[in-house]
Amino acid sequence: MSPTRKTRPVSNRRGATSEAQPRPERELRAITDNFFRIAKSLGLREVEVHVDEVIEALTRFANNTIHQHVAEHGLNVSLRVIVDGRTARVTTNRIEEDALRAGLESAASLASSQPKDPGLLPLPGKQKYRSVRRFSPPTAALSAETRARAVKNACALAESKGQTAAGIFSSGQSQSVLANSRGLFAAYRQTQAEFSITMQQGSATSWAKANAADFRAFDPLGLAKIASEKAAHAANPMELAPGRYTVILEPAAVLDLVGFLFYDFAATAVHDQRSCFSGRLGKLLFGQNITISDDVYHPEQLGAPYDGEGIPRQRVVLVEEGVPRNLVYSRRSAKQAGKRATGHGFALPNEHGEAPMNLVVGGGKTSIPEMIAGTDRGLLVTRLWYIREVDPYEKIMTGMTRDGLFLVENGKVTQPVRNFRFNQSILEMLRNVECLGPSHRATAEESFEMVVPPMKIRDFHFSEVTKF
Amino acid sequence: MWDYCGHSLDVAWRRGATYADVRVMYHRQRDLTTKSGEVGTLDQSESIGLGIRVVVNGAWGFAATDQLTRDGVAACAAQAVAIAKASALAKKEDVQLASEGVYVDSWQGPCQKDPFEIPLEAQLDLLLKADAAMRGVKGVTLSETDMQFRKIDSWFASSSGSKIHQSRVHSGCGIVATSFKGDAIQKRSYPNSFGGQHILGGYELIEAMELLKHAPQIAEEAVALHSAAQCPETRTTLILGGSQLGLQIHESIGHPIELDRVLGQEANFAGTSFLTLDKLNNLRYASSIVNVVADARIAHGPGLGTFAYDDEGVPAQCIDVIKDGEFRGYLSSRETAHLIGLNRSGGTMRTEGWNRLPMIRMTNVSLLPGSWTPELLIADTDDGLYMDTNRSWSIDDRRYQFQFSTEIAWEIKGGKKARMLKNPSYSGITTEFWNSCDAICNADHWVLWGTPNCGKGQPMQTMGTGHGASPARFRNVRVGTAFSNE
Repeated sequence: MSPTRKTRPVSNRRGATSEAQPRPERELRAITDNFFRIAKSLGLREVEVHVDEVIEALTRFANNTIHQHVAEHGLNVSLRVIVDGRTARVTTNRIEEDALRAGLESAASLASSQPKDPGLLPLPGKQKYRSVRRFSPPTAALSAETRARAVKNACALAESKGQTAAGIFSSGQSQSVLANSRGLFAAYRQTQAEFSITMQQGSATSWAKANAADFRAFDPLGLAKIASEKAAHAANPMELAPGRYTVILEPAAVLDLVGFLFYDFAATAVHDQRSCFSGRLGKLLFGQNITISDDVYHPEQLGAPYDGEGIPRQRVVLVEEGVPRNLVYSRRSAKQAGKRATGHGFALPNEHGEAPMNLVVGGGKTSIPEMIAGTDRGLLVTRLWYIREVDPYEKIMTGMTRDGLFLVENGKVTQPVRNFRFNQSILEMLRNVECLGPSHRATAEESFEMVVPPMKIRDFHFSEVTKF
Repeated sequence: MWDYCGHSLDVAWRRGATYADVRVMYHRQRDLTTKSGEVGTLDQSESIGLGIRVVVNGAWGFAATDQLTRDGVAACAAQAVAIAKASALAKKEDVQLASEGVYVDSWQGPCQKDPFEIPLEAQLDLLLKADAAMRGVKGVTLSETDMQFRKIDSWFASSSGSKIHQSRVHSGCGIVATSFKGDAIQKRSYPNSFGGQHILGGYELIEAMELLKHAPQIAEEAVALHSAAQCPETRTTLILGGSQLGLQIHESIGHPIELDRVLGQEANFAGTSFLTLDKLNNLRYASSIVNVVADARIAHGPGLGTFAYDDEGVPAQCIDVIKDGEFRGYLSSRETAHLIGLNRSGGTMRTEGWNRLPMIRMTNVSLLPGSWTPELLIADTDDGLYMDTNRSWSIDDRRYQFQFSTEIAWEIKGGKKARMLKNPSYSGITTEFWNSCDAICNADHWVLWGTPNCGKGQPMQTMGTGHGASPARFRNVRVGTAFSNE
């Protein structure tokens, strides 16, 4: 987050002049200073402000050509007031004096319109934060033309293989300031880039995706090659009967299922008795090879080192060797439970409380090829799709396989298979993990990015088959 | 606002755009929730900005900014042009747009009672009373309520000369009672799950929903579900309540008919569609009593898909999607219309806000009413299930195979509604399911349901869509698979 970081920006001369530029941090500080001055003039003594600026661009392609290509620059000021034991929030993207004044007056009016909240806490004071560096100047400077050229190369690969490519290449930067009238001040900025590609060969498809703070952490053409090779092997899938199968879930598939546990780890969810961990904390619930933490400081994670109230995020071991041990707490839920806040609260006011947003699932040493080699009969799953919760307490999830499902026989991948619907309890699944691979940052579409391993799981329940 | 529109179009034109359109949009939103007797969310937000879409060298570019100054919008237009030039590097064919008229118009959607003018105290008081009414039922462990109001003003201008201002209000509300007992969580929602009912209109919707009247009933049902029998795993006759049927339409008709999906433009994210172009006018999608339209006109009703013009300046239309069971039409845009032999867009390009590109979206995709009443439908059913209020939904990426579960079901035995069942679910293949429809209830029981949370596109856009439906009957449907262990 240091503006003096000595990395030479890589910009394309033709594109550079057209890219939007972020405001200097001093301008964001000026907005907060102005905000506090106006609040004081209105007699509002307990106030908080978030200033968030986003610059994002996305190159989207399909049928081997760019069909959508967009860029966006916006800034939001989100302010909160506390008036006589009541609180409310107003958000605007206008930063002029009259807009901030109107926002504060609206928030005060909204707050005054409700009953007193006996559980409302005063604003927190100054905090100390661990430094995290997640800003890549070359990524911030990535131009539309550079993205377009990478897409062109991926499309050329597809055409050379008789395939059709679709996907995105996005890049952007964001910066945030959070401050309150008790002297708390937190600032954070990051960059982010993402490449996702689906390769289609006839009716067969496959997919690969990566996401990182620095676009140099992944190779778009390399991802295109992975998807291309898998699509070539996915043609003419055979139909298998539904039932229970040993599965090898690639990291994206693990991510998309395990990610659905994230809110169950919220102390507020357990208090509200809607978490699958209600009545189960401290008991062996998963296999002893399952350990899950929340750790924003993990080198492959992104995100600010503080929560919606500005409380520093702590690393929390949520599941230790199969036993759910700890929850995450906002200041409010911590006070209710007699615990310390862990820095996972959402911006107030809200009814959800908190959640871990930087899950890290402990891995093992078995690579995917080794998992395949050790499987007599099973299925290799590239990706899952349209996952929804069927039963909240047993955590039964339904969804589909997508973009590459393959039969494994006698230690080898032998055949593509038609896609299945699954109805599978995550609790049961994490009791049936036979081995895990190394954990790395993964990205998919149903859950937010996590650090997860591939997993080999027995008795995974497929209930129906579709037509492709 | 027109000055910003005009200036950005001028800049785009001077820099080489052969076509451009621009939207200035102002959104205002209020969100209220309560949970177990306390106010949860109490937020109000506003956002204003400009997005410009251009064609340069035969390729698209789009840029958006919230810096509403002459310099700000000029820079935004210049950026859109630069992006379009970059797009042209990987272009296969030039963009072609179906011709469209030039319109100068202003339209305001229906809104009898402006929800932003209703005292907040009254809104919270209603929610807290409904919350209390649910908690008053023994066994309820969590009570939740919500209201959401949005006011959207948009100013559209194009290089062809159109200038269209539209103003509309969306309102929604819902309540949920949850009961945790033993090893199960059961819940009931009213008037619908996942945020309730949403319409194009004002506070009159909230008053019409009669939340206080229904709160005790759904709370009692949530508790009673613990004692109910498990939904069996079998094949049987299925009657779906209107709100669940609305979501069934959304997932298994609304999405497959989006022409951008059909053409592969969503292949990487939302998926494609089994409705390949060869199936137009050549597929028995449903039984002959099924008629489905995509109708954005106000004459269809105050839905979340109702407007006067879409976000590329095409007037609202009614499109036959399924006529007497036959597949008749896709949702199209100015760019895609010619691919299905149309000389005009179907007017379904919509954007979430000023910072997003318009894309093909559902409008109001509705099942037209039949002739039955719910009472006659049940009386005419010897053995079956009645399922109501969605609990989960999932469908494959080509929209063939689906599975839905609902909050509650009842057995139908000998033409009468019998015992309650818990954990109901059903599944099937889209065309097989719709071809098994043999009865649809009449217009007296038809409701234009609002789905406020339809996600699509990259970057993701959330859009409200409308789905008119009345209860309907389907034969030989597979039920109970979600909880099967086999």
